[in-house]
Amino acid sequence: MLNTNLKHITSEEEFKKVLNENENVMVCCGRMGPMCVPVYGVMEELEGEYKNVAFRDMEFDAPVAHAIRSLPECRNFAGLPFTVYFKNGNVVKATSSIQSMEQVTEILEGEFLQKVAAQK
Amino acid sequence: MENNFDVIVIGGGPAGLTAGIYLSRAKMKTLILNEGTAGGQMILTHEIANYPGVESTSGYKLANIMKNQAKNFGCVVKSNVRITNLELGGEIKSAEINGKDTFTAPAVILATGGRSRPLNVPGEDKFKGRGISYCATCDGDFFQDKKIIVVGGGNSALEEAVSLTKYASSVTVVHQFDNFQAFPHAVDIAAGNPKINFIMESKIIEFIGDERLERVLIQNQKTKEITQMEIDGVFIFIGYIPNTEPFAGKLELNKWNEIVTNESLETSVSGVFAAGDSIQKKYRQITTAVADGTVAALSAIEYVNKLKEASLLSNAEN
Ligand SMILES: Cc1cc2nc3c(=O)[nH]c(=O)nc-3n(C[C@H](O)[C@H](O)[C@H](O)COP(=O)(O)OP(=O)(O)OC[C@H]3O[C@@H](n4cnc5c(N)ncnc54)[C@H](O)[C@@H]3O)c2cc1C
Repeated sequence: MLNTNLKHITSEEEFKKVLNENENVMVCCGRMGPMCVPVYGVMEELEGEYKNVAFRDMEFDAPVAHAIRSLPECRNFAGLPFTVYFKNGNVVKATSSIQSMEQVTEILEGEFLQKVAAQK
Repeated sequence: MENNFDVIVIGGGPAGLTAGIYLSRAKMKTLILNEGTAGGQMILTHEIANYPGVESTSGYKLANIMKNQAKNFGCVVKSNVRITNLELGGEIKSAEINGKDTFTAPAVILATGGRSRPLNVPGEDKFKGRGISYCATCDGDFFQDKKIIVVGGGNSALEEAVSLTKYASSVTVVHQFDNFQAFPHAVDIAAGNPKINFIMESKIIEFIGDERLERVLIQNQKTKEITQMEIDGVFIFIGYIPNTEPFAGKLELNKWNEIVTNESLETSVSGVFAAGDSIQKKYRQITTAVADGTVAALSAIEYVNKLKEASLLSNAEN
């Protein structure tokens, strides 16, 4: 399991449940490496700000990661992590390799439209 | 939140976090503003085996311990922020983040470290994660039995070229000079590896492909001749640059844009100190960053205490 403060997806059932129960989902599928850790850090930071988005991570080498690795949107990816954004269960955006806070925020704002601030 | 601090630390790598630990423990109201994830380049390191007192650990773990240590002493750590305005002159310095909140303090420590140098040629951004990588341990296994290029001629480039032969069918090292900066033994090991070949005095000038990287254009620096090479992946290891762009024109930088400091790690601007990889120095390691963070913090503490004493004195006199 990944050593982050995010909620982890560890099985196919959990993955389906998260997609069914949340309109907007961001899944970061990676390892504990230098390109992945900064993306988890960004997600941990944003989790408090975007309550309309479910932020999850997934271990790249676990069987469940097949759900992300086999997506057509990730077909040409060759850099960890694979980060996928779902709206109503459908992929709306996918990125490969490290992403900055600004890049992630731009996608969240662009794809998930309104930002609903989390209650502090 | 109260926006006035005793010391603002810009950068939350080992230098900045160490400064945070020393400052907060000395009861200085301290704020660390960090553009990325706390830990800096430490989190780029899978295994750290040369940090004294810790036999072997991951950079991520060490970074988290340092961050929690600073927080436990009362230091405020803000990560993934963007500094949109920085005023270093005058008695009170200020930093505005994300175009919104402004924080002030009489002293600032700059600990912004460094980052990998990109090639800055067309296609580099487009194919990042789609054939272009800066991390062999992260992405090497995507290139099983594939043809790859490693760009660079230093120790990292040659060591990573050798490590990538575990996966790739061939590794071509493209280097801009006719000799290597790497240690001779690293060159010997790479040269002796049957999967590695070299293209010297040459530079990649363009990355080309559709959905993913397919080929590169390589230019010979002497003849200016351009050749095209079909390739599955390119790993770039061409050194680091100091993150000092925001300080240009505000304080003294040397010709490599490193911050110039004295022995107490004071910069050319009063009340502004600097620590870690972004300063002018020879060796860049976690231990040296931590040592710099300590010295900069102790110097800043002395500076702030003197200011406080002076203002107490003048208040008493009035
Ligand atoms: C792949 C790799 C492996 C390494 N392995 C080792 C090792 O095994 N042992 C060892 O001792 N050293 C190692 N090093 C070197 C070591 O990591 C660095 O020397 C050390 O991290 C430098 O610390 P620093 O705090 O000065 O800077 P950094 O670690 O670079 O941290 C600087 C921080 O400042 C932030 N920042 C930058 N600009 C701004 C800005 N404008 N505003 C706000 N924040 C900003 C950055 O996001 C970053 O978080 C390694 C380096 C790399 C890249």
